[in-house]
Amino acid sequence: MIEKRIIHTDAVREAVRALVRDANLVLPPPAAAALELARRGETGELARCAMDIICENAAIAERERLPLCQDCGAAIVFIELGQGVSLAGPFLLEAVNAGVADATAAHHLRASIVSDPLRRANTGTNAPAFAHVDPVPGDSFRITVLLKGGGSENMTALRLFKPTDEPATIVTWIAEAVRAAGPNPCPPLFLGVGIGGTADVAALNAKRAVLRGDAPHPDPFYADLENAVRDACNATGIGPLGFGGETTVARAYIVAAPAHIATLPVAVNMNCHSLRYRSMSL
Amino acid sequence: MKWAPEQTPLSDARLASLAAGDALLLSGTLLTARDQAHRRIEEMTRRGEALPVALSGELIYFMGPSPAPPGRAIGAAGPTTSSRMDRYTETMLSLGVRGFIGKGRRSPETKELIRRRGAVYFVTFGGAAAYLGMRIIAAEPVAFADLGPEAVYRLTVRDFPIIVAYDLHGGDLYEAGIRGPAGI
Repeated sequence: MIEKRIIHTDAVREAVRALVRDANLVLPPPAAAALELARRGETGELARCAMDIICENAAIAERERLPLCQDCGAAIVFIELGQGVSLAGPFLLEAVNAGVADATAAHHLRASIVSDPLRRANTGTNAPAFAHVDPVPGDSFRITVLLKGGGSENMTALRLFKPTDEPATIVTWIAEAVRAAGPNPCPPLFLGVGIGGTADVAALNAKRAVLRGDAPHPDPFYADLENAVRDACNATGIGPLGFGGETTVARAYIVAAPAHIATLPVAVNMNCHSLRYRSMSL
Repeated sequence: MKWAPEQTPLSDARLASLAAGDALLLSGTLLTARDQAHRRIEEMTRRGEALPVALSGELIYFMGPSPAPPGRAIGAAGPTTSSRMDRYTETMLSLGVRGFIGKGRRSPETKELIRRRGAVYFVTFGGAAAYLGMRIIAAEPVAFADLGPEAVYRLTVRDFPIIVAYDLHGGDLYEAGIRGPAGI
């Protein structure tokens, strides 16, 4: 019998509370650095003003302990659960939801989740979270909270390409999606792109793609494609908050997955300038 | 940026004098409303019921705030996407609303409707919600309090930054903005 590492889900609840709080109040350093770079690149008066205010907003949020955005987002939770971990205490996803509710109440966050998509009663707690649990080798336990605003989520795009379509066709389509979204998702955007898998896998990969931070894509082919996507989007001239300017996409991230011989799904998930996520290992 | 101080209410003459791209630092009062408040206002109007708040002469800010921390009037308070309110714009204008503040483009029909009724569409800085919340000095729920963040609040603002997006003369901030190579 192999010894399991025991993690109590009360620790998960507390981790989620802290991650939701921190993600709401402080931009992750890679996102803050990308915005500062975008700020310095704008020469148009209103574009530069928008970037100044976006950067000042981050400073105010951190200093005054106010959320970066009034839309404190849906809590998207990614858990890497080591196979060698055994969980004790309340059910894992109940603990996650309790952590979201704790943070929402304690840190004056907006409750933006309705319990039913058609009858639309607000749960009042910002729970439930949308959680994804992936088994991993070893006995690690890593939890990431991504806060996803509604305005940017509404601009999500999915297209099922032909398997013989060229990467350039995909790049053009992504840039068109960003152009059509215009000011709505609050650019400069952090663009998540899921390529391959099935439609649902591509959409999920698009969401998790933006969590990579500063690191370049490990595959040079996709690193180049990420730059091509970013450049094509920036050629639209949509600019900060859609006021016209140089940076529409601060950074594009791609996650590729195996696909069926007949399919080539591509999903694009747009994240606003205030890309909000935090991770913690237990 | 050249910012002009402005006090609510804005007169018809003042509204007519504005041009797309004009930057105002607004002080005075606004009403908030977003999706569910608009829906209720439209339903009540259709049924001929009296509204809990008069909209005549008001500016409507499309916004649902985060809760006020202790010692503050309001939490974070940035604009939501305006185009979701397009379907209610005719009703709001018929109730006397003189302008809207939000983010993003409106449908071509809504843009023309707003202009034809002599109202102005303003935008503010999407996602700069802590920054904007600091410029709101009072917030009082005046209708549909059961909707929580989607209730109608009367806000008192000081030096609240807004940009004219659609003026009364057909000017469009977003069209002008993306035409130029480096913004406007």
